Amino acid sequence: MSNLITVGISDLNIAQAPDVLVTYALGSCVGICLYDGVTKTAGLSHIMLPSSSLNPNGGQEHRFADTAIVALVKKLEIAGANPRRLKAKIAGGAQMFPALNNSAIANIGKRNIDAVREALGKLSIPIVADDTGKDYGRTLFFSAEDGSMRIKSASRGEWVW
Amino acid sequence: MALNTYDNLNDMQMDVLREIGNIGSGNAASSLASMLTSPVNISVPKVSILDYSEVVDQLGGPETMIVGLLLALDGDVNGMIMFLLHQNFAHMTLNALLGEDIKSFEDIDEMGYSALQEVANIMAASYINAISTMTELSINISVPAMSIDMLGAILSVPSIHYANISDKIIFIEDEFTGQDLHAPSHILLIPDVDSLGKIMTNLGIEI
Repeated sequence: MSNLITVGISDLNIAQAPDVLVTYALGSCVGICLYDGVTKTAGLSHIMLPSSSLNPNGGQEHRFADTAIVALVKKLEIAGANPRRLKAKIAGGAQMFPALNNSAIANIGKRNIDAVREALGKLSIPIVADDTGKDYGRTLFFSAEDGSMRIKSASRGEWVW
Repeated sequence: MALNTYDNLNDMQMDVLREIGNIGSGNAASSLASMLTSPVNISVPKVSILDYSEVVDQLGGPETMIVGLLLALDGDVNGMIMFLLHQNFAHMTLNALLGEDIKSFEDIDEMGYSALQEVANIMAASYINAISTMTELSINISVPAMSIDMLGAILSVPSIHYANISDKIIFIEDEFTGQDLHAPSHILLIPDVDSLGKIMTNLGIEI
């Protein structure tokens, strides 16, 4: 039997096979799945904002793309994963209200996606699946058994990456 | 002390927000009644300052399907106002406006979509008019943008946009009752903090 481990907003966690990580209702936030296929160790981060430089008070490193991804890699490494073997799958960053004529609000999803790609690039982690953008919410299941990312949408069904 | 987050509003300031919620909701109920051409009763709205996560819990969890309508505010007051309408509410309004029987969100066609948008537009205008009249501040509202999706995904928009300011929002819970339906609706009022200060000052509240 596999356990389902929930990752909240601005949070991250890891799992070993056969457990499954889940994060619910990603809108403009981005879910980042990292996987070491040899040790079958999976990590999932649910980021809300692109950069920790936006945080005037410091702290809350799991909230930002740049600091959360670094923290997740560290956590995976402690659990026995090899950072050089990690592969990424990412989802979310939707534009939930495409009709809204306000660029500051319209671009929050895209800014998150860009920051996630940049942070993964800096760590030389390849992105092997990318289900980002568009205009709908996604619930994300990430299996430590096989590294598959299953996306469930509200009205467009579900699919696996 | 300057008002720099929603976290430390005092009782007096909370009362002002409650009063704004009351008057806005009353106005919105009468606009709704005239659109539906049937009486709409409204219970005394509950106004609270909540974390986004508490809003998600109160409304049934992140995957709850909901109609979200987002309007941007500008002028003397900047920020956004978001309506969260439950299926019952959509059902009640579309039934009355278009004579359509809506059993699930998938039944809402393009006509229903625009009708809901219009209802939100008029209700938001009533809300904002109430605030504007009380405070003598000029506030413009944008055309509403609508999304029918998971609650968590819809709420991510205001929570990200205001994440650096506060994790809290003004949450107004209205219960509209028309003929044989109870339709809860929720309004998130999110003035920028500067604007909240302006509203308070213009109402003669010390900040």
